[in-house]
Amino acid sequence: MFLTHDEEKMCNGEYGDTVRKSMDILVALGDIYGAEKFVDISSAQVSGVSYKTIGQAGLEYLEDLASDKSGYATIPSTLNPAGTDLDNWSELGFPADFASKQTDIVNAYGQLGISKTCTCTPYLIGNVPRFRDHISWSESSAVAYVNSVIGARTNREGGPGALAAAIVGKTPLYGFHLDENRASTLIVDVEADLNGADFGALGYAVGQVVGDGIPYFKLNNVPTNNDLKSLGAALASSGAVALYYVENVTPEFDTIALSNEVNDNMAVSTEDIKETRDKLSTASGYADLVCLGCPHASLEEIKDVANFVCGKNISNELWICTSINIKAAADRMGYTKMIENAGGHIVQDTCMVVAPIEDMGYESVGVNSAKAANYVPSMCGLKVIYNDFENLIKFD
Amino acid sequence: MIKCRKISRGKSTGELIVSNKPLSFLGGVNPDSGVVIDPHHDLSGQCIKDKILFIPGGKGSTVGSYVIFQMKKNGTAPKAIICLNAEPIIATGAIMSDIPMVDSPSSTDNLINGVTVEVDCNKGLIHILF
Repeated sequence: MFLTHDEEKMCNGEYGDTVRKSMDILVALGDIYGAEKFVDISSAQVSGVSYKTIGQAGLEYLEDLASDKSGYATIPSTLNPAGTDLDNWSELGFPADFASKQTDIVNAYGQLGISKTCTCTPYLIGNVPRFRDHISWSESSAVAYVNSVIGARTNREGGPGALAAAIVGKTPLYGFHLDENRASTLIVDVEADLNGADFGALGYAVGQVVGDGIPYFKLNNVPTNNDLKSLGAALASSGAVALYYVENVTPEFDTIALSNEVNDNMAVSTEDIKETRDKLSTASGYADLVCLGCPHASLEEIKDVANFVCGKNISNELWICTSINIKAAADRMGYTKMIENAGGHIVQDTCMVVAPIEDMGYESVGVNSAKAANYVPSMCGLKVIYNDFENLIKFD
Repeated sequence: MIKCRKISRGKSTGELIVSNKPLSFLGGVNPDSGVVIDPHHDLSGQCIKDKILFIPGGKGSTVGSYVIFQMKKNGTAPKAIICLNAEPIIATGAIMSDIPMVDSPSSTDNLINGVTVEVDCNKGLIHILF
């Protein structure tokens, strides 16, 4: 890779050991993927936060980095979900030793200058890149959203790579940073009219076919941002999709998306959507725990649940996962009270995939997210029921 | 003398342990002992601690980078890593852990089990010692 004079000084340790190590990681990634040079980035989003995933080793690595005061994020950077609600873990039944380790991890990231807003939807809470900005994000569902819906440029980074990029403010220029790699590879004709959890099912079905390619959707109905959030999360979990297009909806659908001839086509019928929805469930009936907010819920999604449960008594456990910021807005709008009065909870900072729910006495989890349905059986060892939230919540 | 590409800095000498199968560190290696525990891997049951590990590359979860770091902390890590083609999980883990690592060796004929080699990442060279 070509390095500027200043980048060479960073590699030689003249800005401290954390900067040196961060540059080493990024130069290695650049060499592996054939990047010719670095590009400046405007935002980072760092995964590798839950104690359940990175463990003691991750905590020690972060504490080592944080002890070198020269290493500090130079661009706006946010964290992925943690393994607990950092404020209300005790009331929600999280194990105390786990919560203590989790707090240490988040504090180490804080010392490194990463915002301690733990969310997989940073684009809802102020980490909002501009169209065509180069960025380094590592949460796969957020990568799909920011590349596709906003039109920023990021690869699917690993956690340490995104952290390194946050510290040096640069990333190697390759892959989805280059327009020539952003043309669609598969045209998807969706014949079904889609509602709610159908978008996750569509993403799940197409992700399995397209792998790490770039699907181009022709939809009958105009999706909301919440629908696109579900679609992208599912595409990025059953496949390795970093970018998709929706005709007449997402940026560059009529320019870069169709800059190469696309020879692959698939059609998705109403029957295909129904089959995928059924396949995503590993159990039937009602779940012990209903977990919504994968990716983290928007204020509108919380409002819809609040209105649905208002004045009733929920008989299964209900969590709606979101960021501290959206939770604060829900508190002020009165949605939190409506949900709590019905027996549910708004849970901040964490989610059903990275929380230790398998150690908290639950056997089955109800989700309206295809991403969660994909990961809960393997990462938590629990049964999963996939449906719209209206069909998951049980009342007395 | 074999030419190669630097991935992570440093220089180390040790005995080669070789496999032609990619290795996942998460779930595939016990970080407390350095023993390969993936039953489907041909190094299964063998210890990679203080060896020079020569494998095609990594696979599996990106959390594998942290497992390599944990091994270094525990004193169970390999002394150096040689890959045919480096991929991000092992490359990142090696740099995080200050483990010397190279890839793309110009020849693999003499890189066989039990041979002692010196890996000099900074010069991009592997020397066969005995």
